[in-house]
Amino acid sequence: MLKLEKLQAWYGRSHILQGIDLEVNKGELVCLIGRNGAGKTTTLRAVMGLTSRAEGRVVFDGQDILKLPTHRRNGLGLGYVPEERRIVPGMSVRDNLRLGLLASHHTAREADVIAEIAETFPRLAERLDQDATTMSGGEQQMLAIARAMVSKPKLLMLDEPSEGIMPVLVDEMFALFARLRDGGTTILLVEQNVELALGIADRAYIMDQGEIVYQADAKALLADAEIQERYCSV
Amino acid sequence: MDGLTPDLLVLQLFTGLALGAIYVLLALGMSLLFGMLTVVNFAHGAFYMLGAYAGLVLLGMGFNFWACLIIAPIIVGSLGMLCERFLIRHLYGRGIDYPLLLTFGLSYVLVELVRIFFGTSGYPVDTPDILQGASDIWIGYFPTYRLFVIGVAVVVLTALWLFLERTPYGLIIRAGARDPQIVRILGIDVARVWLVVFGIGTGLAALAGLLAAPLQGTSPEMGSTILAESFVVTVVGGMGSLVGAVVAGLLVGVVVAMTSLFAPEMAQVAIFALMAVVLLVRPQGFFGRAGLMS
Ligand SMILES: Nc1ncnc2c1ncn2[C@@H]1O[C@H](COP(=O)(O)OP(=O)(O)O)[C@@H](O)[C@H]1O
Ligand SMILES: [Mg+2]
Repeated sequence: MLKLEKLQAWYGRSHILQGIDLEVNKGELVCLIGRNGAGKTTTLRAVMGLTSRAEGRVVFDGQDILKLPTHRRNGLGLGYVPEERRIVPGMSVRDNLRLGLLASHHTAREADVIAEIAETFPRLAERLDQDATTMSGGEQQMLAIARAMVSKPKLLMLDEPSEGIMPVLVDEMFALFARLRDGGTTILLVEQNVELALGIADRAYIMDQGEIVYQADAKALLADAEIQERYCSV
Repeated sequence: MDGLTPDLLVLQLFTGLALGAIYVLLALGMSLLFGMLTVVNFAHGAFYMLGAYAGLVLLGMGFNFWACLIIAPIIVGSLGMLCERFLIRHLYGRGIDYPLLLTFGLSYVLVELVRIFFGTSGYPVDTPDILQGASDIWIGYFPTYRLFVIGVAVVVLTALWLFLERTPYGLIIRAGARDPQIVRILGIDVARVWLVVFGIGTGLAALAGLLAAPLQGTSPEMGSTILAESFVVTVVGGMGSLVGAVVAGLLVGVVVAMTSLFAPEMAQVAIFALMAVVLLVRPQGFFGRAGLMS
């Protein structure tokens, strides 16, 4: 579904990604881990076309999208929940959700979407008319995920969704990711919460200094304390 | 002060509101462009002037004033969109001074073009028959046309508010003003949104120019004085704030009208004095967000 080949990316003059090869197959939940500053966020941003320069190949659904503008990538079925969540301040939960639907290539009806949200994210359904930024961090993260999901992306990319969120909610969130994957959404998950992430993932890649340094079956990596220690401990 | 009755003061207040209505239309567009695109549009006065000349041409072609009110802003707004698409768009993200210098130059080009095609002297524009004379507004007689200007501003404001707050497109514009990147991530072509916003902003300037034409006639330079005044309005209201543009526009209009009543020669100075006082007390203006420029 998504295939990165020798992907390089820059922010201004700094060369961040040194040539990434990474693949996410249809129906998989793949997890990308590594220390702070390894280049995980930059990888997702490069896939969305948000770095100042990128080279190599980003193949999505058989098409090289490297030169496409960000909004067209979303139109092809790439959903992205950025690290900072980016809930629009001063807007209600409902308006933030509607924003996920307004692109001309999305055809779902608002009422249907809200009904679905009520099932998957009951907390949000109760707060539809509340100013979104007055919600707790966990609720805002749920909203960011729901907003990316309303357009039913083929591939959902999540950047550290559990960061700064209460442990109870984190468990709930990971259970949701597993359910989404089982429901047919392909997921690329960036996480610092290595054990939880490997617990639900199918495969994993480890990044360090802008390169993929290790890849393995998630279960195998979960059992390999040495590798985890080498690349993921702070 | 002989003859300074409360009625006279109220009438002068209305004069101020009519003048303020013109400022509001100009400052709304300016604030929209600054708030969304961080473009300080120095050509805003030129688009105002073009609105008046577009009206002049359309009237000459036999269109009535009402049709001109619709068509002239559409023509000038389209020209504004062309300028955005082919000139200004390339400068986004390069810092505030690039579009500022470009629009500054653009205003000279537009004014010069009008001088070439229409001459350096101005033209009078007739007030439409039905709006001539004065109307009884209970406390006294007030020029009908000025009432009409206030009315148009109210209608435009309401329409703009409904558009921004109640339509999907308005939602996109508001979100784009706060965080264009997430709007892109969600699949929306922000460049198209900005094009539309530029069209609306310059169209509003054109409408203001056309409305002002029967009051003061047209001249190629008519945009330059009012440009400075609407900058004051935008700054006093808070750069980027639409509510601020409305409140400050009316306030500046009233201050000018009242000063003219007591000390006509001080009217222009009063505007800048007002700005100085507001900026000393509240540097971001009435409704501006602090640190917008940092
Ligand atoms: N906007 C930026 N401009 C310049 N350098 C950046 C920018 N964002 C991130 N970096 C640098 O890129 C490297 C990778 O960052 P990032 O992708 O955010 O890592 P991770 O998400 O794995 O923590 C870091 O060294 C960071 O300092
Ligand atoms: Mg990161």
